[in-house]
Amino acid sequence: MTMLTTTPAATTTVTTGYVGWLGLLASLSLVGIAVAISLWQHLGLERSLIWASVRAIVQLLAVGALLAVVFSPHVPLAASWAWVLFMVVFAADTIRRRAPEVPGARGLALVSLGLATVVCLGVLFGLRIFPLNARTLIPLAGMVVGNSLTATVVAARRVVAEFSDKRAEVEARLALGLSSRDSARPYVRDALRTAMISQIESTKAVGLVFLPGAMTGLILAGEKPLQAVLVQAAVMFLILGAVATTAAAMSLGLSRRLFTPDHRLVRLARVAA
Amino acid sequence: MTGGRPGGDHPVLAFDEVCVSFGDVEVLRSVTADVADARVTVLAGPSGSGKTTLLRLCNRLEVPTSGTVRFRGEDVATLDPLVLRRAVGMVFQRPTLFPGTIGENFAVAAPDRADAYEEHLTQVGLPADWLDRRADDLSGGEAQRACLARTLLTGPEVLLMDEPTSALDPEATRTLEQLGTDLARSGLAVLWVSHDLAQVARIADACLVLHDGRLADDAWAEDYLADRAHPDDDPRGATP
Repeated sequence: MTMLTTTPAATTTVTTGYVGWLGLLASLSLVGIAVAISLWQHLGLERSLIWASVRAIVQLLAVGALLAVVFSPHVPLAASWAWVLFMVVFAADTIRRRAPEVPGARGLALVSLGLATVVCLGVLFGLRIFPLNARTLIPLAGMVVGNSLTATVVAARRVVAEFSDKRAEVEARLALGLSSRDSARPYVRDALRTAMISQIESTKAVGLVFLPGAMTGLILAGEKPLQAVLVQAAVMFLILGAVATTAAAMSLGLSRRLFTPDHRLVRLARVAA
Repeated sequence: MTGGRPGGDHPVLAFDEVCVSFGDVEVLRSVTADVADARVTVLAGPSGSGKTTLLRLCNRLEVPTSGTVRFRGEDVATLDPLVLRRAVGMVFQRPTLFPGTIGENFAVAAPDRADAYEEHLTQVGLPADWLDRRADDLSGGEAQRACLARTLLTGPEVLLMDEPTSALDPEATRTLEQLGTDLARSGLAVLWVSHDLAQVARIADACLVLHDGRLADDAWAEDYLADRAHPDDDPRGATP
């Protein structure tokens, strides 16, 4: 069992991963390099780079302040669950905006992300892989929602694209007397494969091509590498499970919406991507 | 009407005051007509006159806004669409073979009838040993014949042909026309959408002509053709 203790590792190993205000300012020099490249190549991205960096600092400081409140031992765990709920709702709205051509995208995304959150966190906390508290709940739920977001958008857009581009094939299957579920199956399968393949490739490359975030953070915070690896492995499997669950729920739910109860394919409105 | 209604007492398909609208657009307006067994009935008319929509009502890929479509006297709205579609087969304008081999395509239509696959290949004039041939390797005419064989594997009583020769060369067109007329002679009702008056002359026993969503003519083929001053004219712009 991996353990994520409630005692912040950084407080005992400040010499390893501590970043002060001066350090933060120094790291901004890297943004300066990006701005310089933009100026050099006339990319016109200077304002965007500066705005994105400032916004990231402000957002992270705000989140950090809120987390400090939520992590306080006097604040009930319900506050953390409310945070998780907010993440799911916000992510569902993001999916709706990123996939405007998908009918009912927000509702389907809410169900998909909610299901993945319940299933994945249920496994992690139910099997006591991580202790259930604010310090574990919010970051792990963030991993589920954040990493599922892209896969959910890809799955939804892919299903709609398949059913639009291959409408004749789908209707040929219906015309042979196949049910809407059987007619949709090959196209839903393709969409699911597309949505999941990126995460599978990332999982295969982990450790060889890059050191993932959780592991890097733990090592920087002074944790032993083996412990960091165990936590990271659990997080990777969490993300794989979450991506598969959300993509499957979105693809299957959406494919049902694209047919009438009497097995006819609905007309899809074309929306510019 | 330039001739008597060709449908018999017990038409395999009947349209009764059928209207279809997509939003504000009226596609079919109060169409009443019959389709009989053992005949090629050609559905003719200009582009956008509602021919394909009328065809798709027969197997419930579309539903009427009002009116009734009947199959053997029963309202198709009351029938199981999956059963109806096996009895009312359809061949589309462009060949719609699925990825894979011809055999795999046939398995989608009739997974329990593998012993009949070769017979159906030869029925449409394709070599019996082509079951392992990939769909991508077929010409347009071969692919359309394979689609017809795939449809016939469901054992239909009616064959809906939605301009099936529009993408084919003349030789492949003649082959498919011959298959259509042979199937009608064997007892099937064939409802064939066509723009081509010469094709009407070659294959039609009866004609239903749509214009602007309305039934403009319902006649025996010879009567319909006799009324056309120039049989080689394209009927798309003609008002019957």
